[in-house]
Amino acid sequence: MTGRFRGWGVTIYSIVVFAILLVPIGYTVLFSFNDAKRTNIIWRGFTLDNWTGICDDARVCGAFGASILVGVVATVFACALGTAIAIALVRFRFRFRNALTILLFLPMATPEIVLGAGLSSQLVNLGIEKNLVTVIAAHVMFCISFVVVTVRARAASLDPSLEEAGRDLYGSPAQVFWRVTFPLLLPGIVAAALLSFALSFDDFIITNFVSGSAETLPKYIYIAAARGIPPQANVFASLIFFLAIAAVIAVELAGAARRKRLLRAG
Amino acid sequence: MAFGAFAGGPAADPGIGAAQRKSRVVLLLLLPGVIYLALTYVAPLISLVLTSLQSPSPTFDIGSYVYAFNIGNYATAISEYAPVLGRSFLFALTATVLTLVIGYPLAYFIGVTLRRFPLLQSLALVLVIAPFFISFLLRTLAWKQIFSDEGPVVSFLQALAILPHDAHVTGTPFMVIFGLTYNFLPFTVLPMYTSLERLDLRYLEAAGDLYASRWSSFWRVTFPLSLPGVVSGTLLTFIPATGDYINASPSFLGGLDTAMVGNVIEQNFLVLQNYPVAAAMSIVLMVAILIPVAVYVSLTKTEELL
Amino acid sequence: MSAFDDAGADLELRQITKTFPGFTAIEQLDLTIPAGSFFALLGPSGCGKTTTLRLVAGLEEPTTGRVLIGGRDVTATKPHERPVNTVFQSYALFPHMTVQGNVEFGLRRRGVKDAGARALEALKLVQLDHLAARRPSQLSGGQQQRVALARAIVNRPALLLLDEPLGALDLKLRREMQLELKAIQAEVGLTFLHVTHDQEEAMTMADTVAVMNRGRIEQMGSPQELYELPRTLFVANFLGQSNLLTGDVVATSGANTVVEVGGVRLSIPTARMQRTSGAVTVGVRPEKLLLLTEEPKAKRGVNLLGPARVTDVSFTGVSTQYQVEFPENSALPGMSVFAQNLVFGAVVNPGAEVWLSWSVDHGFGLADAAEPGSSFAAAEADDTSVAVAAGES
Repeated sequence: MTGRFRGWGVTIYSIVVFAILLVPIGYTVLFSFNDAKRTNIIWRGFTLDNWTGICDDARVCGAFGASILVGVVATVFACALGTAIAIALVRFRFRFRNALTILLFLPMATPEIVLGAGLSSQLVNLGIEKNLVTVIAAHVMFCISFVVVTVRARAASLDPSLEEAGRDLYGSPAQVFWRVTFPLLLPGIVAAALLSFALSFDDFIITNFVSGSAETLPKYIYIAAARGIPPQANVFASLIFFLAIAAVIAVELAGAARRKRLLRAG
Repeated sequence: MAFGAFAGGPAADPGIGAAQRKSRVVLLLLLPGVIYLALTYVAPLISLVLTSLQSPSPTFDIGSYVYAFNIGNYATAISEYAPVLGRSFLFALTATVLTLVIGYPLAYFIGVTLRRFPLLQSLALVLVIAPFFISFLLRTLAWKQIFSDEGPVVSFLQALAILPHDAHVTGTPFMVIFGLTYNFLPFTVLPMYTSLERLDLRYLEAAGDLYASRWSSFWRVTFPLSLPGVVSGTLLTFIPATGDYINASPSFLGGLDTAMVGNVIEQNFLVLQNYPVAAAMSIVLMVAILIPVAVYVSLTKTEELL
Repeated sequence: MSAFDDAGADLELRQITKTFPGFTAIEQLDLTIPAGSFFALLGPSGCGKTTTLRLVAGLEEPTTGRVLIGGRDVTATKPHERPVNTVFQSYALFPHMTVQGNVEFGLRRRGVKDAGARALEALKLVQLDHLAARRPSQLSGGQQQRVALARAIVNRPALLLLDEPLGALDLKLRREMQLELKAIQAEVGLTFLHVTHDQEEAMTMADTVAVMNRGRIEQMGSPQELYELPRTLFVANFLGQSNLLTGDVVATSGANTVVEVGGVRLSIPTARMQRTSGAVTVGVRPEKLLLLTEEPKAKRGVNLLGPARVTDVSFTGVSTQYQVEFPENSALPGMSVFAQNLVFGAVVNPGAEVWLSWSVDHGFGLADAAEPGSSFAAAEADDTSVAVAAGES
């Protein structure tokens, strides 16, 4: 049993697992090109019609638009509220700090179905109509904690002397915030925004409880699952998948380039 | 150690002390978010408890209830759905163990074996999180179609006579657990990867130097040091898997006799409008998850993760 | 923010106390630093020196007391309203700005017209004008340190605060920067307040050093004064090494006071003693001792201890350090002797019988008494405390 042999064992194993992880993705992308007439279950031949006629099924298109709208609005609110909390947590000591940490942790530890059921019962008890607004409100709630965690990690990694240097160099509190603190937190806020959007865009469990008759893309897929999903749903899913992968690769390449530049300079 | 404000708030009036200024800034930063969470997280949970104690309205309109102190809903929830609850825990636990067993070598491969190849490491990480980028529902449906009775896997196995001709895979407990394992594998791998990626390999050299075999270095050094990742990874899988109602749904991978708690709550809440029992089930589920999780966390001494 | 004095300004701390929940960082501190001086606050970590610096910068507020800069009370003003700039221990260079952007930052906040040109000038002063377009992360530690310095002095502050500015540099670079900082201070003529735990750094650079311990200033003076005539146990041990002996004052004869330690009479100049009655601790620096292999004749103006036995000899390059004990007189603690290496090899080997002598003029008496019999001489030797002075002068 040499180390080299062991290394190959885990490598081959990992490649197999990666392949299995990718199977449903490949399947979904493949069936976005299926020449399906009504249900998209059996392969009937290759076509680009689903991609060129992306909005031929108005309901899918509408659901996709609703998902984008919900994701963007929920992300903006969650980032604003979460970033403020993260800054307070990193920079100040205050009473109830531990209680706040627990309050932030709980939404991440509570099963989504309980969150959904709770929101739904509250809406029913208060007689509030379920629509896209309630969906957005629910998404902001479960995104805040993730934003706090992400931005807080970034803020904690920054040298507190940086802000002190800003103040020492004649920056007023507002100037120090906008010229030092905010730009330095920005990578964390961007990461938090991407995470929020991804969570919101793909959420079904909670959305199902608070959406009433409003339809996001996952909700539409759930309803259509029983009787067959049009291939346009696969087109939208594939589109988002490729955009996300491209974004991740771009970030990675930028990081690699930066590291390389640093190495050259050092 | 508090250094003063940096929020772009109003300029402090002279005469207001630093402490007061500071607490004003803290409030300004915290209040909006905290109030929001109070309204959308705490209040709904209270509402859920209240609903779980409601009685049917005297007019017997469907979906209409009045506030009461009706413990009976809990009795109904537990007595009627005990097998479902048990099944949920069994499925979730099995899936969690599977993700751990399948995911640990993968996390080790990415975090340790690939450490010398940063580019491959990044690529492997992208592959692990790739399923997140495709719709959760669609990737689950993809498995349903791959394992369907006419699908490639079943046909192939039937051709090899491994499966009898009238066999089904979808709709079985196997398929539900398979779906849960697949969907939550990345949640388990990522925290374990984070722990293993930080593992200082010199500890292993030191263990080898102190006469530890590869096997005992793994169990006595590598594994204990990756424990925080193992704990958070398994929690990130177990908690959502227990409450999941997609994989077990008959429209997806489940059948009529694979219902989990989530399916029951969804049915009662959104279809039958039997809110009190659904709410009672939710509370039971939450408590039933929190107790073992608390025990697990204290047994593994990883409280600081929370 | 009117007066930005080119020659710097006086700093005056009046009765400053700073308490944090649970402990007092600074107690009743009074300190005046004259304009144009290079002043060092020296002390171990936790002695309150960094807190003092932050109080001057306005990053902390004193619990009681006042801070005056150039005679103006700035206690209630915020950091950005004080004519003070800081070189932070971590440098705190803004990573999202270029070197030029960092140096311009303060000028731009104050609305100075030719910020770009002035920043380049400051970078020229620290010989980094060719790297103005770089990011801080692309610079070496020494270069970052210079940028931090340029970023502060470009504002011509009345007072420049340096918080352990050389702590992150390696020894060789630190030596270079010490000399360079001193040269820059002479050139720009600002008042420098330098905080450090490195006694060598403080003595090399500053014209006045204040030794701080537990929130108080123990002693203040020129580096030479502090070293040659420490007044307290803490200063005697923190600044270099000392051989300390505790005994009773038995007589005062003219200019000298006689202290009896373990039956041996030692003379100390009365003017160099903080107390002249009762039990006192007296000391002498290890390099002032002369190691003799034969018992010399008693002589006026020279103290003599012996016979002693050499227990350890260590060669440090410029000097050889001998540890000696007094097996025949248990009242005398072990002592250290530093001898300049004028010949090859050690003069004596371990086990040899020796006598120690030193000129009476070199002795000093402390204000506080050490525990009898304890030896501090060997306790705190570190790499920077090797004294190199020759034996008898």
